[in-house]
Amino acid sequence: MADFDVPELKEYLEVPEPQKGVTNHLAPFVAKGAHQTDLGYPEELVDNWKEVAIEKMGDLLGKYRSLKVFLDICVHCGACTDKCHYYLGTTDANNMPVGRQELLRKVYRRYFTFAGKYFPKLVGAIDLTEEVLDDWYSYFHQCSQCRRCSVFCPYGIDTAEISMAAREIMNVVGKGQKYCNEIIGKVFKIGNNLGLPQPALADTLEGLEEDIEDDTGVKVRLPLDEKGADILLVTPSADFFAEPHVDGLMGYAKVFHEAGVSWTLSSEASEAANFGMFIGSYENMRKLALRIRKAALDLGVKRIVFGECGHAWRVAYSFLNTLAGPFDFLDQNYPIPQHICEFTYDLIKENKLRLNKEENDHMTLTFHDSCNVARGAGMGGFEGGQFVIPREVIKAVCNNFHDMNDDTIHDATFCCGGGGGLLTDDLMEIRVKGAMPRMQALRQVTEEHGVTNLAAICAICKSQFAKTLPYFGFRMDQIVSVHQLVSNAIVLKGSEQEAELDGTAGEEGDTETA
Amino acid sequence: MAIEVNGKSLEVDEEGYLADLNQWEPEVATIMAKEDGTELTDAHWEVINFLREYYEEYQIAPAVRVLTKAIGKKLGKEKGNSKYLYELFPYGPAKQACKYAGLPKPTGCV
Repeated sequence: MADFDVPELKEYLEVPEPQKGVTNHLAPFVAKGAHQTDLGYPEELVDNWKEVAIEKMGDLLGKYRSLKVFLDICVHCGACTDKCHYYLGTTDANNMPVGRQELLRKVYRRYFTFAGKYFPKLVGAIDLTEEVLDDWYSYFHQCSQCRRCSVFCPYGIDTAEISMAAREIMNVVGKGQKYCNEIIGKVFKIGNNLGLPQPALADTLEGLEEDIEDDTGVKVRLPLDEKGADILLVTPSADFFAEPHVDGLMGYAKVFHEAGVSWTLSSEASEAANFGMFIGSYENMRKLALRIRKAALDLGVKRIVFGECGHAWRVAYSFLNTLAGPFDFLDQNYPIPQHICEFTYDLIKENKLRLNKEENDHMTLTFHDSCNVARGAGMGGFEGGQFVIPREVIKAVCNNFHDMNDDTIHDATFCCGGGGGLLTDDLMEIRVKGAMPRMQALRQVTEEHGVTNLAAICAICKSQFAKTLPYFGFRMDQIVSVHQLVSNAIVLKGSEQEAELDGTAGEEGDTETA
Repeated sequence: MAIEVNGKSLEVDEEGYLADLNQWEPEVATIMAKEDGTELTDAHWEVINFLREYYEEYQIAPAVRVLTKAIGKKLGKEKGNSKYLYELFPYGPAKQACKYAGLPKPTGCV
């Protein structure tokens, strides 16, 4: 199945002996000229790339105080060394968070610190060379910016910020990553990561309306570009395209339908994802975020709700207001923006949804906390809400639920292995190896508690698991969307399911219940 | 990179997708499949032809669900599911079948 060694799942997660350079060869395709220029970067590596890189590093150090602090304060205590899923899966020393940071830190010392300028050897400072640039390109694309290491760092050093800075520097010198940059360009031109044009989107949504009606007998709408709707739903375009994502989208539609709210999708903002964050580019992140503002204004909505997308929720929850605000034109009585899980959870608490848990009895669920939700955002306005709310939603629609081991969930969650711009076929080896710690925890609950399925609220996690589960002896369809579970259980008013439950099936014209 | 089809050299990208959609001809699919060790059957062609028709209309490959539904309508309900499509195209219907059909690879979180 694979032309590389798939890590073996053991009874316990073992900390491996560090090796040198074993995944140095894993580097993604470099962006083509057009992918670069669409984002305002040079077509290819510029002649004076070293000067440009150092100048950019200086610029970032001046702009982001955190970056300078993170590069200065590491004491090499080693607390992070065994916390990265890519290190655990590859054994490459440069995938230890401190090792990864050092790749940039050594160059920083050489050009920006007194000791490094005059006594480089004494302080481990090195010149920026082509070899160093290649190492950056490899290892800063073996980091999913999941921030698990930062939870365990006594100083809170955030390797994700260092990776983002490194990627921004590489973009500015003309060595960007094809996957991320091509995708960002598509959003600018077409409106979403997939490149799904408006007519195709409209056709897809129409098909989903038909499917829901076939299943339930109820006309549930998935409106597109409807002016005057109350709610704008911004969701990852994978929800229109891939499985199990699309089952989640149908779940959101059913929830909105039952809530009796008016809502719409937008072809202008048909993408929740914001890959600008992955490449560390404030300008591109802002440009992408502004599309959502524009759509909200053009459609005249009062609220913005985000679908199941991990890093989109980080950008939305933590940065949207400063990137694309102020959102004073929205209804201030609701969270701005709101997560679909918050929306559904509120309805569940108010007893406004009729849910038949038995529809999910063929499964025993566990929940995979997506890194950007777990460590980069919140939910529900209370501490830990991002852990509680999705689980409460699952438990409200499923009878069987078991969490994975404590040290692999909540803010200690292991990344799926495909986040941060790594969800591309050219990085399959690192994706599979990085998935190992999560797969190990999954196997444990499978064996001990009979867990059959893994639910997630992130498009990347879902696609990554669909692809990597089979490498570890699982089935691709064991990954499900949280709102897919909601979709299974929800009993729509006037539906065939309602009639069946109430014993009124077959009675003409009267499906009212007491 | 390029592939040889009927004496012509057609440019492909790093992952083997045709650079110019207009250069596609049925032989392209046959040759690409052969490289993957697959012999194309009528069942494969049903999918490939549908992908090309859909692309022509919408300028994008169809969503997996759209594809399974269309195949189900054409070939019977038992074939209208992704399991059937994965049996035909083990690397994923969206990606492998698109490649054979000469369409660009779907990008994003898919």
